Amino acid sequence: MTSVMRKPEWLRRALPPALVLIATLSLWEASVRLYAIPPYVLPSPTLVLTTLAADRAILLPALAVTLGTTLEALALAVIGGVALAVLFSQSKWVERAFLPVAIVLQVTPIIAIAPLLLIYLDARAAVLVCAFLVAFFPILSNTALGLASVDRNLSDLFALYRASGWRTLLLLRAPAALPYFLGGLRIGGGLALVGAIAAELAAGAAGKGAGLAFRIIEAGYRLNIPRMFAALALISLAGIAIFASLAALSARLLGRWHESALER
Amino acid sequence: MLKMSGPHALVSLRGVGKTYPAGVTALRGVDLDIRAGEFLTLLGPSGCGKSTILRLIAGLDRVSAGELIRRFEDVGAAIGFVFQEPTLMPWGSVFDNVFLPLRLRGMTRRSAAPAVDEALALVGLAGFHKAYPRELSGGMRMRVSIARALVLRPRLLLMDEPFAALDEIARFQLNDDLLRLKDETGATVVFVTHSIYESAYLSTRVAVMASGPGRIVTEITNDAPREGSRDSAAFAALCQQVSEALRQAMKE
Repeated sequence: MTSVMRKPEWLRRALPPALVLIATLSLWEASVRLYAIPPYVLPSPTLVLTTLAADRAILLPALAVTLGTTLEALALAVIGGVALAVLFSQSKWVERAFLPVAIVLQVTPIIAIAPLLLIYLDARAAVLVCAFLVAFFPILSNTALGLASVDRNLSDLFALYRASGWRTLLLLRAPAALPYFLGGLRIGGGLALVGAIAAELAAGAAGKGAGLAFRIIEAGYRLNIPRMFAALALISLAGIAIFASLAALSARLLGRWHESALER
Repeated sequence: MLKMSGPHALVSLRGVGKTYPAGVTALRGVDLDIRAGEFLTLLGPSGCGKSTILRLIAGLDRVSAGELIRRFEDVGAAIGFVFQEPTLMPWGSVFDNVFLPLRLRGMTRRSAAPAVDEALALVGLAGFHKAYPRELSGGMRMRVSIARALVLRPRLLLMDEPFAALDEIARFQLNDDLLRLKDETGATVVFVTHSIYESAYLSTRVAVMASGPGRIVTEITNDAPREGSRDSAAFAALCQQVSEALRQAMKE
């Protein structure tokens, strides 16, 4: 018998990952209790949760700092990446001159640049620059690709109607590049968080009273494993929230026209 | 200086050649007059430079030899171009797409609305303003594309194998609609195709082309255009004549 009552769409989507999550957490909790694993080796999920609640006065401000840095860096990366991509699309010379610089910054691991930045800048600024650097490149390269991927016939049509370069950019290149930009933004959003955390770790004690990564290091020194897990959970949640909101933005902007936003 | 080229030639090509930077000669020694009010078809095998002629007329490419004379003022509104694909902006609604040429001429949505409505009605798509290209069939997208080309009321409508990708039923329907549109708008049409039947059905004149290098081999005038249907003896005879001319062209 096939079921006549179909579950609502959101439930069918949310159910499988929710089941996997619950199963994993249950297994974890059960193992910790069954084998009596001490909390300084592996805390149970419920202990992590209670630690999260108990240490909220420490962890939530730290989350705010890390998330603030991440979003600020992402915003700067969007402004810088899009502006440079537009410049690239207008002038081959600029592209040839500056693309290698952008690539060098991209392929040099951020964790290796961070110590240097920490010497030149104060901890907060150094973290911001690191997060910016990693988020910047995917946004730049995707947007530049998008601006260059305009349908040739459409570009001819704009030429036929004597559209100015500015109007062609606004009415043709920008919308054509939008799906590419949003793809870059999603990658950049995730990377900005990674960059911020990596730089906070590199800053270590210098980043005193700062973000979540600092709290992880601090808890590590004190062997406060449950708090380390709690901070880690917050970082994960922050990453998921960034990804989900950028995905929602993407779906909203591309909703009616782009293949990627199609219901299947 | 104007050369003698008939009383009503809108565009004249004199010994036109086109060589691309890679060294490919797409056209050589093309002489062609496009007369006001006619329906001229360029017919030939793939790669004979049919589309190149259209691009030259549209001003999207420059001639490498000879000269091309336009006898009308081109301010970016005199020519409508329909490509092989509908070439619509997927992010814009049907209205946005047809509105584009007017928008590029500085009109507001409000002031352009009557012209857009009229163009959509002309192609049988009244009431489809809000639809997006992806929601339409191939034939309907092509209609939107034609409406966009007509919205500025161009003197000259250039069409580059516009129906090649459509099924035969949609193609026949659009052929008939195109003839009606031409009568209603009074535009001069230059139509590129590699279908003998389409050329015979639509044209008042067929220019048969050959390749290597691209050139016009012969011109066939259709004295009694569209008096009969696709079943008439006159149509069959014309198809045969065009077909024979094409065969000769391929042999040369």
